[in-house]
Amino acid sequence: MSVKHSLMALLDEGDRYGYELRAHFEARTGGTWPLNIGQVYSTLERLARDGLITRTEGDDDRQVHYALTELGRAEVAAWWATPVPLAAPGRDDMALKVALAINAPGVDAAQVIRVQRLEVMRHLQEINRAKRASDSTDAAWELVADAMIFRAEAEIRWLDHTEQRLAASATLKPSVKAKPAPVDRTSDEHTEAAR
Amino acid sequence: MTASSSSNVGARAIVTEPALSLRGVSKHYGAGAARTVALADVSLDVNRGEMVAIMGTSGSGKSTLLAIAGALLEPDSGEVSINGTRLKGMRARARARVRREEIGFVFQDFNLIPSLTVLENVALPLDLGGAEQSTARSEARRALATVGIRERSKGYPDELSGGQRQRVAIARAIVGKRQLLLADEPTGALDSVTGDAVLGALRGRADAGAAVVLVTHDARHAAWADRIIYLSDGRVADQLAAVGPEVLLAGGGR
Repeated sequence: MSVKHSLMALLDEGDRYGYELRAHFEARTGGTWPLNIGQVYSTLERLARDGLITRTEGDDDRQVHYALTELGRAEVAAWWATPVPLAAPGRDDMALKVALAINAPGVDAAQVIRVQRLEVMRHLQEINRAKRASDSTDAAWELVADAMIFRAEAEIRWLDHTEQRLAASATLKPSVKAKPAPVDRTSDEHTEAAR
Repeated sequence: MTASSSSNVGARAIVTEPALSLRGVSKHYGAGAARTVALADVSLDVNRGEMVAIMGTSGSGKSTLLAIAGALLEPDSGEVSINGTRLKGMRARARARVRREEIGFVFQDFNLIPSLTVLENVALPLDLGGAEQSTARSEARRALATVGIRERSKGYPDELSGGQRQRVAIARAIVGKRQLLLADEPTGALDSVTGDAVLGALRGRADAGAAVVLVTHDARHAAWADRIIYLSDGRVADQLAAVGPEVLLAGGGR
């Protein structure tokens, strides 16, 4: 996500002061990405330097007013028209770890997958709770929460799929078969019974 | 944490049984070489006010667990109790009464009767139980109101959208005094926004004090639950308990 383009998109809606830009940015993205004011001003300085915005000193106060130039408007239009580039492939830590686990001697890949899935599931549960607890009129936050929810769901589906592939090709790594799962099921159920 | 055992408010100590309790439940199908274990020594409590999601691949035992919890199927061994009533040794007629009076089912394909109005569909379990018609109707109206669809009570199922039909099915599942809801992939045929609304309705029932068991293969739906249980080869492979408020404050919420 580009802070530069986000700020320019906000300026395309109207001229603003620096602190206003930050407030608008946070409101419009559901507060999921807090920007510090220093980051806002340093970005604005660079945009002014590149001729994408103009800065005007206020008359009676010391506030600086920012506005898009024609060049800036064209840049924003191009940004809306262009898809966000996807993250570089092969940089997914989770996929890398599982890929390594599948052929690592003495490592229970199925267990690696289970532990990871519980972690993502916990994350998913947290977002769901936060979304339910939030003000339902906050559409911006809900949109961003949905994005996190669908992404986590996709990760879990991939983990499920990998687990099934692993189970289907048990010959892939016969050495791990004998290793007992570290989760103590009996004690889990006793805890459950005691509730 | 799911506080279930007792609340000692002054002298009126009320002991609350779990709405659903499975103890060491096992079930197999077939015999000899074809013998498959569907459930192996599964124990699970679901309390009122709690929503539990059951996840697992096909063949992991999810549907068998739900059928046993719903008194539709008897386990080979182990104990099943509904609101403190043990099902073991119960005659078919008594078992059917428990099913009708204490358990509500929600399925993927709604199972509404097309020739009955929405209100009649929802009142049906009470009618079958011998309730007076006026009582059944007013209870049905109340159930429809709780899932936000009371205004459609005079319509017929085929006049409703998929999401509305599923909400009617939920109303039918909770009509009367039933406090145990068993839902099997209830959002299967619905688009994601409608599916979320159905999950919200189930969640709302749990928040209002019902016990909800949701079988799903969809992590996004399971995330609505307080507890998530993974079945694998008929066993509880993993459990994820409720997210505590401290996690909420530190993490997601605003």
